[in-house]
Amino acid sequence: MTDPQTMTEGAPAQITLEQPEPYRRAWLRRLLQQLGPFLFVLALGVALTLASPYFLTSTNISAIFVQMSVIAIITVGQVMVIITAGIDLSVSAVVALSGVMSTMVVVNDHWGIVPGMILGVLVGGGVGLINGLLVTRVHLPPFIATLGTLSAIGGVALLVTNGQPIAAPTQFDALGDGHVGPIPAPIVVMAIVAAAGWFILARTTLGRSAYAIGSNAETARLSGIPVTRVLVSVYALQGLLAGLGGVIVASRVVTGDPSAGANYNLDAIAAAVIGGASLFGGEGTVIGGLIGALLMELISNGGDLLNISNFWQDFILGVMIIAAVTYDQVRRRALARR
Amino acid sequence: MSTGPSTGTPAVEMLGIQRHFPGVQALKGVDLRIARGEIHALLGENGAGKSTLMKILAGAERKDEGRILLGGEEVRISGPTDALDRGISTVYQETSLAPHLSVAENLFIGRLPAKRLGLVQWRRLYREAGAVLDRLQIKLPLRARVSELSIAQQQMTEIAKALSHDVKVLVLDEPTSALTETEVSELFRVLRDLRGHGVATVYISHTIEEILRLCDRVSILRDGELAGERAVSETSADELVRLMVGRPLLEMFPKQTVSLGDELLRVERLTVPGKAAEVSFSVRAGEVLGFAGLLGAGRTALMQTLIGAIPADGGTVLRRGEPVRIRNPQDAIRHSIGYLSDDRRRSGIAGLLGVGANLTLASLPQFSRLSVLNPIQERRSAEAVVRALRIVTPSIDQQVALLSGGNQQKTVLGRWLTAGVEVLVLDEPTRGIDVGAKVEIYRLINRFLAEGKAVILLSSHLPEVLGMSDRILVMRRGAIVAEFDRGEVTQEDVMFAATGQVPVTAHERGGMPT
Repeated sequence: MTDPQTMTEGAPAQITLEQPEPYRRAWLRRLLQQLGPFLFVLALGVALTLASPYFLTSTNISAIFVQMSVIAIITVGQVMVIITAGIDLSVSAVVALSGVMSTMVVVNDHWGIVPGMILGVLVGGGVGLINGLLVTRVHLPPFIATLGTLSAIGGVALLVTNGQPIAAPTQFDALGDGHVGPIPAPIVVMAIVAAAGWFILARTTLGRSAYAIGSNAETARLSGIPVTRVLVSVYALQGLLAGLGGVIVASRVVTGDPSAGANYNLDAIAAAVIGGASLFGGEGTVIGGLIGALLMELISNGGDLLNISNFWQDFILGVMIIAAVTYDQVRRRALARR
Repeated sequence: MSTGPSTGTPAVEMLGIQRHFPGVQALKGVDLRIARGEIHALLGENGAGKSTLMKILAGAERKDEGRILLGGEEVRISGPTDALDRGISTVYQETSLAPHLSVAENLFIGRLPAKRLGLVQWRRLYREAGAVLDRLQIKLPLRARVSELSIAQQQMTEIAKALSHDVKVLVLDEPTSALTETEVSELFRVLRDLRGHGVATVYISHTIEEILRLCDRVSILRDGELAGERAVSETSADELVRLMVGRPLLEMFPKQTVSLGDELLRVERLTVPGKAAEVSFSVRAGEVLGFAGLLGAGRTALMQTLIGAIPADGGTVLRRGEPVRIRNPQDAIRHSIGYLSDDRRRSGIAGLLGVGANLTLASLPQFSRLSVLNPIQERRSAEAVVRALRIVTPSIDQQVALLSGGNQQKTVLGRWLTAGVEVLVLDEPTRGIDVGAKVEIYRLINRFLAEGKAVILLSSHLPEVLGMSDRILVMRRGAIVAEFDRGEVTQEDVMFAATGQVPVTAHERGGMPT
């Protein structure tokens, strides 16, 4: 019998190049889990290509990715929160406040564009930190804690601006309208955030701890996972990402609008859930969330191209959320029955 | 008026029952006959098919082939409600109680006495619930919320609920796994009483002593087949074990005595608010320190306090003679103390995570650099542990929730082996797992000791505490009331100390004021 101790405490692990069979199969299984939404995206793409000559043009594709970037960035954070069996309802208020703060310091206090934007992101992180402390230190349910900050922070955004939008100098559009080479800046930011989010969830102790807490918080605690620190970090990260989203929104319209961001709350949750995140915690991936965000954007974009009313778009989105969660439930029950 | 099973038409006949699951045939044509007024044990290792067979009877699972006869008439059981209507009541291992409702409400859930407007007639509810408990001679606080009850009381509530229906066939799935000796006797009294009333009882258990004590006949399942059927009066523990595992039982408690080394842990006057007062003990390298006691004696609370999961109200912990401060489980792990919890589902496994992730959960710093995990190192370690502990799983990525109870428990134990802790607290390590897995866990304890480590063993199963411990402490009402050495003690001695029925020996210490 091999002694597990020597395996774990011995010399550094040797690098094996080929992956053993089980590992590959697990990867396949995870892919299959996301296959449903992914195939739907593909089918929708093909259908739209056939239905509208404008759909598969580089302009339109680029527009789709720019449009979805803010939702996608916020979804990455929301996925992490949902994995811990939490939820963050405060993101729309954070989007508003961070946009307002970043433009305000630029306009009123003559800060540079970049410091202003960084401030906006940090403001979001601050709200996330508050959410995390309310959940862990005050022991509020995440739903209540973030519902509270949603209202309070939304109020702050209106208070500091007197409810008036703040017009930013034209250079403020650098992040929202700028390009990195040929690629629009929001797409680049989205890609970086997605890669970082994937890395955190799949490859760091923080990500692993988040899954463990979501699957069974008491097990995680007794196994020495620093539950409080992990949860505060996750909510703070989500705050930073919502702040980043808010700055991009403000930059794209060159305005700090205290009433911006209303839709982002539910859209980000919807994208996460469509992408397979479980509101009971323990399950969810960045890739899934991105597919969810893309699916939602395709419906909106395709709807516009085909002149389908916004009302119908909302309806379809709702049906999709219900379908996605139903599918997940059925899959889970089938799994439990085995 | 126990007259033994009556002859004539059996109450239940299950004939040629087959059931396939993807990749496995769970039942390969099993026959089971249970007479009226008979307590019939269903014995078998985990995965032998006992639960599936009983779920089919209870309408919770369908059969692929076979017939079911009730009182000689063939029936089609369409679902759980149908089974209940036909007088088949089942008590499952995991309770199906509503934790936020009272005991009385749970007893009558789904059929609360109500007026026409749907208003519950509370007084009538409590009266009728009280009558049910009186009839069964079970004592339970009717108005208490189920979540406030001990596990044992919850189990009794579950049983009372099953019996509150008009029961012809009662199925009990491992009813004693969370019960103390006294409560087991209490349950047996109720079951014998029912036998006198002609109820046919199916009693699923791993515990052979219990079956010999309680049951009339026993059917043994192995790998989805009937391995044998015996009258209990004509069989022996050895034969049952042989039929169950298909091999002779080597030794139930393969205890190896190791020469004792340094004192690894000393606890002085540790106090847990409301649970334990000024408890002191110590354990040496190579030693198993057993903790016996009734449920609620404060053992679990004491150990959770030791590892910092519950805040202490005074007391000192010394590791190898050095005082250490343990404020949370991270501190405990840093000081090389691990705790395997008594409730696998609630606080042992992370069910949605893979076997590998569960194994490394308590030692993530060991598998990461600057918080970045090394998946290759992680996988190598996990696969080595899976092999060493013989955890049966298709891969280390398999979700732990999908494994059998024994393999889940081995995974949790493997987590602490992976963490390499020097002092391991095992709280009910073999609860609800089959004989084979139990013996393997005892072997792991031996191996752990041979490495110069120490084990603190909490168990409500007296043969286990006596069989595996070098020294046994008995707790009652939050205090250690007796201490025994290996070999000088009987189950009765421990029971007396734990229940406080007779004055205890010279080892007696002060109890906690109530």
